[in-house]
Amino acid sequence: MTLAEPLPTGGFSFDNVARNAMLAARGAKPPKATSTGTTIVGVIFKDGVVLGADTRATAGPIVADKNCEKIHYLAPNMYCCGAGTAADTEFTTALISSKLELHSLQTGRQSRVVTAMTMLKQMLFRYQGHIGAALVLGGYDVNGPQLYTIAPHGSTDKLPFVTMGSGSLAAMAVFEAKWRANMTRDEAVAIVNDAIEAGIFNDLGSGSNVDVCVITKDNVEYLRNYNRPNERGVKEQSYRFPRGTTTVMSRKVINFVDVIEGDAMDVTA
Amino acid sequence: MEAFASTAPVRVPLEHRFSPYTDNGGTTLAVAGSDFCVIAADTRQSEGYNINTRYSPKLYPLSNGSVLAIGGMQADASTLAKRVEQRLEWYQFKHDKPMNTQAVAHMVSTMLYGKRFFPYFAWVTIGGMDENGNGCVFSFDPVGTIEKHLWQCSGSSSKLIQPFLDSQMGHKHELLPPGELTAQRATLLVKDGFTSATERDIYTGDFLEIYTITRDGRTRELIELKRD
Repeated sequence: MTLAEPLPTGGFSFDNVARNAMLAARGAKPPKATSTGTTIVGVIFKDGVVLGADTRATAGPIVADKNCEKIHYLAPNMYCCGAGTAADTEFTTALISSKLELHSLQTGRQSRVVTAMTMLKQMLFRYQGHIGAALVLGGYDVNGPQLYTIAPHGSTDKLPFVTMGSGSLAAMAVFEAKWRANMTRDEAVAIVNDAIEAGIFNDLGSGSNVDVCVITKDNVEYLRNYNRPNERGVKEQSYRFPRGTTTVMSRKVINFVDVIEGDAMDVTA
Repeated sequence: MEAFASTAPVRVPLEHRFSPYTDNGGTTLAVAGSDFCVIAADTRQSEGYNINTRYSPKLYPLSNGSVLAIGGMQADASTLAKRVEQRLEWYQFKHDKPMNTQAVAHMVSTMLYGKRFFPYFAWVTIGGMDENGNGCVFSFDPVGTIEKHLWQCSGSSSKLIQPFLDSQMGHKHELLPPGELTAQRATLLVKDGFTSATERDIYTGDFLEIYTITRDGRTRELIELKRD
């Protein structure tokens, strides 16, 4: 059989590798993606799982966003914290979220956390670490509460308490000091808050506020800005320039419409 | 066997680089007025994403009444400050009077240039009073270039604060006559400059230390900045 167009062969195209090497050799610099220095954590408690994140996004030494969202929606029973390259965490979680929705519609069942974890790790492994997403995945399904970390190269861990991002050591220090098995909801939220605060205050890549997400059987509490320990103080003075500060070079007014006063519009209900 | 840098076909000897410099971040700022000088710096000392300490002063009050502000690498800063202070002591013994601020500035310039090929990693600013009782500010690059300013900001937030100072103290292209720059107004601008820079620069924060120098002497103020 002869085809007008050859069938796609599948897999990746490496056509641009040689071109990129040539460009790099000539001194071209590839675009630099915004990286998020981050503290993200997760804990399993008696009735579910708690996720936490700071809200600082950085571009080098500069704070790009003081109140960004790092806890992403995956499915009604699953959320995912992202650290690493901002765009990669956003798009990876959005893509897997879409796939999970279709899969759940197809099977007529609630998505399972292992399914999401497997889809994420297979995608990240396929890209050999070039998708810079470090994730903390938490959810509640038929097997109860579950918590995973997924590293950019695709390796995963299944643990009762996890931390990731540049503030992971500060946060893990808190967990190692305070974590206990079978905590209550409030106890779990409290140590998640403390772990994120440790990242906020001790890691320069993390800062601003604490976001928390509590996932239990058939319920999700997304507590955006659960704690705001870094409100900006009031400035010493106002910096409004008084009227007349700038030179007016010329002035011209053009009337495009004639405004005619008529009867008032009827605004009664 | 000799060590090699890689397994590539071309065998290159492994270089063991000597890298004695590190940037400990932070910001320094000085303003010279007609009868005062305000000199300020944050106190955070950091390396990479870590905070080494929240209080490591970058301001060194000198025995002659001036204040030395040094950013860059803390180890070089403290060594330089110690040596400057020692030279001031020798000057006092020899001439039986304190060195004036202008002379300190030129001495620091030669001290920095004296290490032209192994420089201190230090961005130096000096604030004080001149012989006429006017405020004066001098700044230097690591190899001793000297500049005299009315206001100057250097360090990790210099690109955030300097334009703000240029606007609020320079008043260029403004029709209305600017109010007098008093020590009080300069201090307000310094505080707002630092609290704003703390919002956006990860290396600036923790505390703000301010010295105000007048004919009557030197006062110190310490203010809290955000710690995140």
